[in-house]
Amino acid sequence: MRQRTQTAYGFLSPYLLIFAIFWLWPIIHSFYLSFLSTRRQPWSFNPGMTWGRLTQDPAFYNALWNTLKILAIQVPVMLTLATLLAVLLNSTLLRARGLIRFAFFAPVVIGEAAYAAVFRLMFNDEFGIVNKTLEGIGLDAVSWFSNPTAAMSLIIIAVTWRWVGYNAIIILSGLQSIPQDVYEAATLDRVSPRQQFLYITLPLLKPVIVFCLVLSVIGSMQLFAEPYLITNLGGPGGATETLGLYLYKQAFLNLNFGYASAIAYTIAALAVSISILNLWLGRERS
Amino acid sequence: MKSRSRTVLLRSLALHAVIVPLALLWLLPIWMMIVFASMEDSAIFSAEVQLWPGDRFIENFHELQAELDFVRTIVVSVVVAVIYTAASVVLTSMAGWALARYRFHGRGLVVSIILGTMTLPYFVVVIPQFIMVARDFGLSNTWIALIVPPLFNSLGVLFMRQAFTMMPADLFDAARIDGVSEWQIFRHVALPLARPMLAALSIILFLHSWNNYLWPLLISNDRSMMTAPVALGSLFGLLDVSWGGVMVGSVLLTAPMLVVFIFMQRFFMAGITAGAVK
Repeated sequence: MRQRTQTAYGFLSPYLLIFAIFWLWPIIHSFYLSFLSTRRQPWSFNPGMTWGRLTQDPAFYNALWNTLKILAIQVPVMLTLATLLAVLLNSTLLRARGLIRFAFFAPVVIGEAAYAAVFRLMFNDEFGIVNKTLEGIGLDAVSWFSNPTAAMSLIIIAVTWRWVGYNAIIILSGLQSIPQDVYEAATLDRVSPRQQFLYITLPLLKPVIVFCLVLSVIGSMQLFAEPYLITNLGGPGGATETLGLYLYKQAFLNLNFGYASAIAYTIAALAVSISILNLWLGRERS
Repeated sequence: MKSRSRTVLLRSLALHAVIVPLALLWLLPIWMMIVFASMEDSAIFSAEVQLWPGDRFIENFHELQAELDFVRTIVVSVVVAVIYTAASVVLTSMAGWALARYRFHGRGLVVSIILGTMTLPYFVVVIPQFIMVARDFGLSNTWIALIVPPLFNSLGVLFMRQAFTMMPADLFDAARIDGVSEWQIFRHVALPLARPMLAALSIILFLHSWNNYLWPLLISNDRSMMTAPVALGSLFGLLDVSWGGVMVGSVLLTAPMLVVFIFMQRFFMAGITAGAVK
């Protein structure tokens, strides 16, 4: 490592220039915008029209509530599934490993537009394969696109399908970094596989799972493309409208940049504080 | 010994009884993409369950091509992703090299800024980005607007910093004694050694650009400059649309990425786990 400030900044400058123009300035600018009334020209300082409005806007509370619902249900379900999947994929008994890994990891490379299209058709109320299967086994068809709870479930299913493999990859790499002799010693001491999982694997995986948790929380707070593409801009009647989608509508359909910036900072504040809480909980017991 | 092999067998059966149906369920949407893409719309929206591909893929492609010039949007997506990937690899590997190999004033600050932006939602920057690029610069529907603003990338820098930190310092010191300039050392010693990491990073960056949705949706609404995912998504809300055609679009967007994934799985995994394992 060499003491060369000038050389270092030479290498850093193109990257820092892009950062300054397209991140640093926008971060400051949107904070400033969040205090401006931008509904008509000229824009004027009026936090009552942005932060004030935020506190009494039912559509905002609806979007916030929907986002928190997704956060509280989808993230734990997905991470539990990802952890189990990683353990199963790590088993030495597994056959056709390549194919099975492909099944869970392939969704990671599929874009939102492509998978939204196929989910729309598979969950089609009348002709979708999901409802036909449900009816085939004697259950009722579900109105995936017109029932608010069902629509929310659809978003959660779609996001879980897309992201569980991604998290399983990360957890699997964590599993593979646990030294094998720990398990050999435990087996010699007649510790059962279940106890090995609970008292060896899980505690050692904790940092990796907390990392996944933080990523998932940040991701969920920014959920946009799925309700935009799958449930037609957050339908039915705003039942799947997330904070990200509400921000999009305010900023880019109503062109109300000031109010949308206040929503953006609310999302950021929530994401950062929940992440810090997760990290703190993750550190506490280790 | 016999009972032991029997428990192993039972355990293996239980494992596969759980994971095989789950894997098939996870593959179903990808399979159905192919099925839908090769069927007439009247077959997609029919009372029977169709699980086997039909023979209408080419016809559906022509319908998609008639609805929007999809080939054109694919070309836009490829050009954007290639230039974005090349430019981002250059920027992030230079920055990663600086952070890995020099001690300088402000180094801690730069690292914490990069880490900080990882937890910062994109929504905090997207509104001013849009105002600046679309309104102040008037650059909507241009290559610059599609490629340059997304270039800032924190994962890439951390990934390359890690790659350069792991290389032995003697290597570079030897070159310095021979009077090789710092830029030459980076360009001709460090970068060639980092080739596997550069490959992993390139794949992740290309994928990121290929699938990027929000920014291209905002900045590029002219038919001639739309990226393929945005163009495809624009069909969803229409009443009279060929869904077989839409599914052909999904297949064309997905298949290349799946092929790359199959052949370069190792690099993919390395790129994805880069952030997790310090």
